[in-house]
Amino acid sequence: MRSGIIAKKVGMTRLFMEDGKQIPVTVLQLDTLQVVAQRTSETDGYSAVQLGAGAAKAKRTSKAMRGHFAAANVAPKRKIAEFRVSADNLIGVGEEISAEHFLEGQKVDVSGTSIGKGFQGAMKRHNFGGMRATHGVSISHRAHGSTGQCQDPGRVFKGKKMAGHMGAAKVTTQNLEVVKTDADRGLIMIKGAVPGSKGGWVTVKDAVKKKLPDGVPFPAGLKTAAAAAPAEAPEGGAE
Amino acid sequence: MDIIAQLEAEQVAALSKDIPDFKAGDTIRVGYKVTEGTRSRVQMYEGVCISRKNGHGIAGSFTVRKISFGEGVERVFPLHSTNIDSITVVRRGRVRRAKLYYLRERRGKSARIAEVTNYKPKSAKA
Repeated sequence: MRSGIIAKKVGMTRLFMEDGKQIPVTVLQLDTLQVVAQRTSETDGYSAVQLGAGAAKAKRTSKAMRGHFAAANVAPKRKIAEFRVSADNLIGVGEEISAEHFLEGQKVDVSGTSIGKGFQGAMKRHNFGGMRATHGVSISHRAHGSTGQCQDPGRVFKGKKMAGHMGAAKVTTQNLEVVKTDADRGLIMIKGAVPGSKGGWVTVKDAVKKKLPDGVPFPAGLKTAAAAAPAEAPEGGAE
Repeated sequence: MDIIAQLEAEQVAALSKDIPDFKAGDTIRVGYKVTEGTRSRVQMYEGVCISRKNGHGIAGSFTVRKISFGEGVERVFPLHSTNIDSITVVRRGRVRRAKLYYLRERRGKSARIAEVTNYKPKSAKA
């Protein structure tokens, strides 16, 4: 299991393909995404990497967190998230992950906090049909209608879909396609929409319901590995 | 410039489409690539541009209306579509609106548009 990444949602645009197709894409940006800590089965009982992204002001970071970042020797981060990885895919603390972590055409799952909608009625929140416009209906055209039975059971069942707070919840969209990556600027373009508003943080992981394509970098697409590869390439060509 | 604007500007530059200066009211001829089975050819579509939307950016589009066998036909083309082979301006029209949706209710004589005789291209910009 590979690590995921933390990215910032920049916005949406479209790409024109050679065959005349247009693809709507969401642009995600990797902002100094570094490993802040490791969790290992010896010390924590499970293996994971803790990643941090973005830049936070040191004076606005709590002393405890400053110490945590100092221990990893990384600048204070704006957003922190942990990703479960298998023990052989642990990444060294301080390593920076690049956009080449994902391949073009690969399927990913993207999680984010959806845009908050406030208190909403049953029609908007649960796609209820509402009531009739006429035929004697008064004042309750958008009401949800009956919430249950009669004296038996004499209560409303738990989980009944009713009006309430909508949005601002963690949402995961599965099997989105990576259309393009740009390692220089740290951009990942994903086909279609991604949960959350512009400027919000999202996490991107390999799709759990699709097979991992060949050639994905292990343990992760690291900037140090990308820098080392061109240096090795001329030597390989000379031999 | 934010990243989205930058990406769009790059893509517009990369597509390097030769888009003439035209606006609503102009009669234009669009060469549109159509693929039939394995071979592709360019189909010409000529009519009056009745609207331009979303400017010159990557999301820009325009609507062309013509009367085909007595039936009004409108097609919306993305300005930067890779399927567009060419756009040529056939005739410059004099109109006083940006969107000529009123043409939909008109036929024949009342749907005519006067020609601009003293058309001057805008000062060349990048």
